[in-house]
Amino acid sequence: MLPLSGERLDAKGIVSEKENSIDVLRGSSTLKRGFAHMLKNGVIMDVTTVEQAQIAEEAGAVSVMVLDKLPSEVRKAGGVARTASIRIIEDIMDSVTIPVMAKCRIGHVHEALVLKETDVDMIDESEVLTPADELRHIWKWDFTTPFVNGARSLAEALRRIEEGAAMIRTKGEPGTGNVAEAITHIKKVNDGLRTIKGIYDSGDNQELVRIAREFKVSYDIVEQTAKLGRLPVVNFAAGGIATPADAAYLMSLGCDGIFVGSGIFNADDAKERARAIVLATTFWNESDKVKEAQKMIDERQSMVGLDINTLELRMQDRGGSA
Amino acid sequence: MSFTLGILSIQGDVAENLISTKAAISELGFDGKVIDVKTPDEISQLDGLIIPGGESTTIGELSLVNGSLKVLKEKIDNGMPVLGICAGMIMLAKTANDKVVGKTDQPLLDILDIKLERNSFGRQRQSFETDISLDSINIPKFNGVFIRAPSVSDVGSDVEVLSKFNGKIVAVKKGNVIGTSFHPELTEDISLHKYFVNLVNSFKN
Repeated sequence: MLPLSGERLDAKGIVSEKENSIDVLRGSSTLKRGFAHMLKNGVIMDVTTVEQAQIAEEAGAVSVMVLDKLPSEVRKAGGVARTASIRIIEDIMDSVTIPVMAKCRIGHVHEALVLKETDVDMIDESEVLTPADELRHIWKWDFTTPFVNGARSLAEALRRIEEGAAMIRTKGEPGTGNVAEAITHIKKVNDGLRTIKGIYDSGDNQELVRIAREFKVSYDIVEQTAKLGRLPVVNFAAGGIATPADAAYLMSLGCDGIFVGSGIFNADDAKERARAIVLATTFWNESDKVKEAQKMIDERQSMVGLDINTLELRMQDRGGSA
Repeated sequence: MSFTLGILSIQGDVAENLISTKAAISELGFDGKVIDVKTPDEISQLDGLIIPGGESTTIGELSLVNGSLKVLKEKIDNGMPVLGICAGMIMLAKTANDKVVGKTDQPLLDILDIKLERNSFGRQRQSFETDISLDSINIPKFNGVFIRAPSVSDVGSDVEVLSKFNGKIVAVKKGNVIGTSFHPELTEDISLHKYFVNLVNSFKN
């Protein structure tokens, strides 16, 4: 049984059709959120080539995310970052059996349509790319393909879920190798959930209304989430994860799984590191196993991290107020 | 006698199976409990097991690493009831082929003599819900939720076909072992979980 809070039954992305005269339904919230649930306790890895995708699959990744450049390289390159080359996405789809995701720019409906036609398994409307619309995200209910969105707080997460996101991830600060922001964001989401649950349990509806207005979302989604005591979609950690211990820590904070961006393929020991982060994510509550995983990597080969306070570009702020 | 049913919690949608199984046990009024299991020790205590949906390559690799795969195989060979859902059914198969990539070299349990095709209905955009029937186990109508689902194209002589969709086999049974392409844990209907809980209860008693 799956939480379906906030689902829209009249969405354009839900398609009823006949297959050899049998009725089938596509794009329902059960199918979109259900897909994300199948990724739970897994690691999704950013990749830029077929070779990296195969390393990820062999390491035990549950999915790969295709980009043109890793987030750390996007940061260095500057300029405008767009969706990845379709040819590379298709080559990767033909060479691995696990689901393939790709990123589109925030608000860029037609990049998303291109990815839908490419048949990627999930679209990430991502702050790593340069936003196409600072004020509006994509109305994701129009799509049969599920979406994942980043969030720094419960308010942002609920705004994205109301627009149709089937999965949430923390924003963290991508391409830094610094896990601090991801930790802050998951803690903020958890704090928010505890707060609204407390208010719900106390029966103070007027306070829930006030929170809905502050969050810029409907009363219904706040009430249903408060009743549930968790987000109605899965919530992964992302942004700055570079080591097995980073992954284990975020799992212990209640994340449903892990996205690793630059942390693996920017390191000099990518193969071992990919495997080690998968092991630490699966066995996060067995500290001897996390230690074994951490031992598989060499700190001197880790990507060089960036201090959040001296960053010129804070990707996490993109699309944040909308 | 009270039984313990486990949900393999290496990777995938464990929580949904816990909820559906708990509901099934309580509706049937059995003296039994359901827990999530990961280690060989935990698995060796079980009277029944559900391998949930997830990514079969991940579940296979990681259960090989911590020694669970070996214990699972022994327990199932000795008659322990098991329900393999989607990735779980792939795990139960002898061999697996991917529709696009071809033969996969992934760790499997080699329990069911079935010809299995991964991602048989296409990618996520083609995932679907439809009504199916499992008449031979008295479930005439069931909401089948197929997510990047596998299917079975052929079965060995000892494997019973429980359900088909558009000519493709989507549920199989061999003794106490059941495999489904679809996700009963994602629907409100707990009749398949009830059927499985009954199997576990009879096996234990």
